[in-house]
Formats: sequence, structure tokens, C-alpha cells
Amino acid sequence: MAISAVAPTVPTKVRSHLRSTTHESFLPVGIVTTFLSVVVLLPLAAIVAHASPGRSFWAAVFQPAALASLEFSLVASLAVAVVNAVAGTLIAWVLVRDKFRGKPLVNAVVDLPFALPTIVAGLTLISLYGPRSPFGINVAYARSGVILALLFVTLPFVVRSVQPVLTELDREMEEAAAALGAGILQTYSRIIFPSILPALISGTALGFARSVGEFGSVVLISGNIPFKTELAAVHIFGQIESGDMGGAAAVSIVLLVLSAAVLVALETLGRRIVRYDG
Amino acid sequence: MAKIALRLAAFGYLAALLALPVASIFYRAFEHGVIGFWQAVAQPDAIHALWLTLLIAGIAVPLNAVFGVICAHVLVRSHLRWKRILGLLVDLPFAVSPVVVGLALVLLYGNQGWFGPWLAAHGIRVIFALPGMVLATMFVSLPFVVREVVPVMRETGDEQEQAAATLGASPWQTFWKVTLPSIRWGVAYGVVLSAARAFGEYGAVSVVAGRLAGITQTLPLYVDERFESFDLTGAYAASVVLALLALATLFSMNALARKEA
Repeated sequence: MAISAVAPTVPTKVRSHLRSTTHESFLPVGIVTTFLSVVVLLPLAAIVAHASPGRSFWAAVFQPAALASLEFSLVASLAVAVVNAVAGTLIAWVLVRDKFRGKPLVNAVVDLPFALPTIVAGLTLISLYGPRSPFGINVAYARSGVILALLFVTLPFVVRSVQPVLTELDREMEEAAAALGAGILQTYSRIIFPSILPALISGTALGFARSVGEFGSVVLISGNIPFKTELAAVHIFGQIESGDMGGAAAVSIVLLVLSAAVLVALETLGRRIVRYDG
Repeated sequence: MAKIALRLAAFGYLAALLALPVASIFYRAFEHGVIGFWQAVAQPDAIHALWLTLLIAGIAVPLNAVFGVICAHVLVRSHLRWKRILGLLVDLPFAVSPVVVGLALVLLYGNQGWFGPWLAAHGIRVIFALPGMVLATMFVSLPFVVREVVPVMRETGDEQEQAAATLGASPWQTFWKVTLPSIRWGVAYGVVLSAARAFGEYGAVSVVAGRLAGITQTLPLYVDERFESFDLTGAYAASVVLALLALATLFSMNALARKEA
């Protein structure tokens, strides 16, 4: 009421500012902070609180099966990141620069891993590369099967972050380089690669963060063999089933720290999380 | 020459990793004919699982959509000092393992959790029941709407909203008549992504659900249970239903991306 009374004498800008500070910002900020605290922050706090600090925390993390699963998660995710960086760039390149019929379809297929439930992703791989494989390949219960599942679910990350950068890339520079006698490889390493590098890093890192905690797509194909095919998330699941909540919380914290580090690093790099991440 | 080689390499990779495996579950599901597929899908447990999956998504996705729009508004328009932290919290579910999400909820609402005793005393079940499954689904599908709406809102700017406010519109009127129409395709896109994730969530839900067939079993959990009990036709048939939902998602994503552009 007070606002409308003084309205005629107050300039428009100030008035709308008054309005926005008194009516608009307080309620939404309260809602958002409360919602995020209840849905996201509180559960994570419970995990941190349950991993008893000190000796038993480290004992749980350094327990051989836990350590082996963490190590496998880390190594597998790094391997997957390398393959994704190469294959993702290649696919993005073909989608942007190549001309062929049915391109929209191929483009849409790339998003499939984001839309397909992870358990189904695992089942599709078993169906084709499992014990009944028509090609006679059997990766079930093997580390290669786990890697395959991780590659499946992380495929879109690099493609979707590199693709828009390649689309925007100025082709005149490449043409100039070629005119000055640069070969294909030289043009790639001096002109194209530096421009897509930030997007490549961010896509690869997001894929890495995803595979470090991956669970659904690997449960069927890995057979969950400790010291062999057990990823960290699968190990945590086993600990929950056997009632070892402290141990599960300890390994969870290592995973949380790993993925939070990747997020914070990306945020500090000043890159917005890419649009399609899942 | 090099061009063709690159194209073949990209096609080969996509075919071997995505297209052929996905096609193969359709083949396996219909191996025993359409009748065999239908019998597997029409199992009471399968139908219940499908219904439960849709119910959970039906609760979690609208809540996330409403929250997502408000949150995007705060992230874009407010001048809070802890805005960056809010943004990081919103992105966190992308980086947290689904199993860890499930564990967190058990540690909060389970029998030995922080709120466990109080909930038990009041006869409220969260873990091994619908509320826990909804909370798990909300956690994992939280960021999608926010992340889709933020760039749209940033691009639109707030001049029209300011104009509406100066012309005497209440904040509520401004939101419905000015803000919402300008971000609607972003919201729709986020809702589609969020729904796809909600339909398919396995890890977080499997920890809090307790996997009671016909009670707390969603469709992804049903696929797992059928596979483990060697009913491959049942597993493939339910997977095909989920894959069809995913294909519908892809289709909507493409249609919406064209509208947005």
C-alpha cells in the first residue's frame, strides 16, 4: 500500500526495484534454500555424519575389497574418459562436418544413453555380447564388460559438448592453414584442437564423474565379483545389503569427494555445465 | 578417403555400442512371437511395476518442475551472495552415485536413521515404501528443469517483467502472463529429461525400495528381478517397454529442440 501511495513521485526503476526486493526475492529464495537443504543437503550430511571419523573411517576405506573396488572404479573411469575423448570428438566431427543421409537420426541416437534406463542399457549389452552372443563374444562377468557398460552410458557427454563448438568454428582459419601448406594433422593439432579443448575437457570430466559412481548399467554384466569386476558403487550396495552402514558411508564419502572435486574444478574453470548432461 | 574412413569409424562405434545392442533386446523380446511378448508384459507384477513407475514419476516430476522454475528464477535474477553455492548444490545430483543417494536416504529415514525412531513412533514408513522411492527419484532428477530454464531466462532478460510490474501487475500475474510463456519450451524440455530419468532410475530406488514384488517394485527393478530369476523373456519384454518410453523421450526432445530454436 505504501508503495502505491508514493508511486507518482518515485522513478519507475526505483519503484520496480522496491517491489522486487519487498515482494519477489524473499519467498523464492526461502523456498529454494529449504527445498535444496531437505532434498540434497540433509541426506548428504547424514552420510558424512555416519562415516565415523578417525581410525574406523580409514579402516573401512582401506579394507582390501573396498580399496580394490575404488581402484577399479578410478582406473576404469580414466580408461573410459580416454576412449570417450577420442570417440566423442570423432562422432561430433562426423555429425558436424560430414554430409550423409539420415544424419538427424544418427544425431538423435547419440542421446539414447541419456534416455534409456541404466538397467536396460546393461541388459542390451548382455543380450548382444553376453553368454548367448550371436558373435561368440562373451564379456559378461569380465572387466571388459564393465568398461563396455560405462562407455555406453557416458557416450553423449563428449559428443554433446564438442559438437556445438565445432559448429561455431570458423572454417576460414582451417582453409588459410591448408592454403599455407599445413597437412590435415597439422591443421587439426594447431587450429581445431585448441578451439575444442575446453569443451573436450568439460565433456570428458562429466563422463568421468558419471562413470566413477555408475551402478545400474553394470550390475547385470559385472556379476559383482569382488577384487575383479566390482565397482565402488556396487561394493557400497553390497555393504548396505549386509548392514555395514558405516563402511558404506566411508566408501561413499570417497566417491562424493571425487565427484565434487570434478564439479568444483569445472565450476572454477568457469564453464557452465553442458546442456545435455544426465 | 579420410572422410569415408572417419565416417565408417563413427558409424561402427555407434552401431556396436548403441544401435545393435538396443535392437537386439527388441529381437529377444519378440523371439517367441507377439503373443509371447504380450504374455510377459501382461503379468500382474509387471503391470503393477509399470503403474508404480508412472506414479512415482507423476509425483516427483511436477514437484521438480515447480521447484526448478523457482530455483532458476533465483539463480538468474537474485543477487544473493550464496548463489554460486546454490548452483553447485543443484548440480550435485549429477555427480552423486545413485547408490550413495539411496544410502543417504536410509541413513536419514531408515530404522536406525536420524528421523527413524520418530517416524516409527508415528507409524510412518519412508524406507521400503513409496515416500522413500519418491524422494530418491526427486534427488536424481532434480537438476534437469533448472539447467534447461536458466539459460532461457538469462537470454530473455527481465525487461518485460519490469514493464509488467510498472504497469501494476502483481508478482503472481507477472509470472503467469510474462515469465512462464517466455520459458515454456525450456520447462517442457527439462520436464521431458527429468521424466526420462524418473522412469528409468534404478540404483537409488533399488536401495530404498526393498524390492518387494508387486509392492515396491518399479519397472527397472522388475527387469533386474526377472533377469536374476532366469526369466529372460520377462526381462527383455519389460526392457522393451522401458526402451519405448526412452524412444518417446528422444522423439519429444527433438520436437522441442526444434520449437526452442
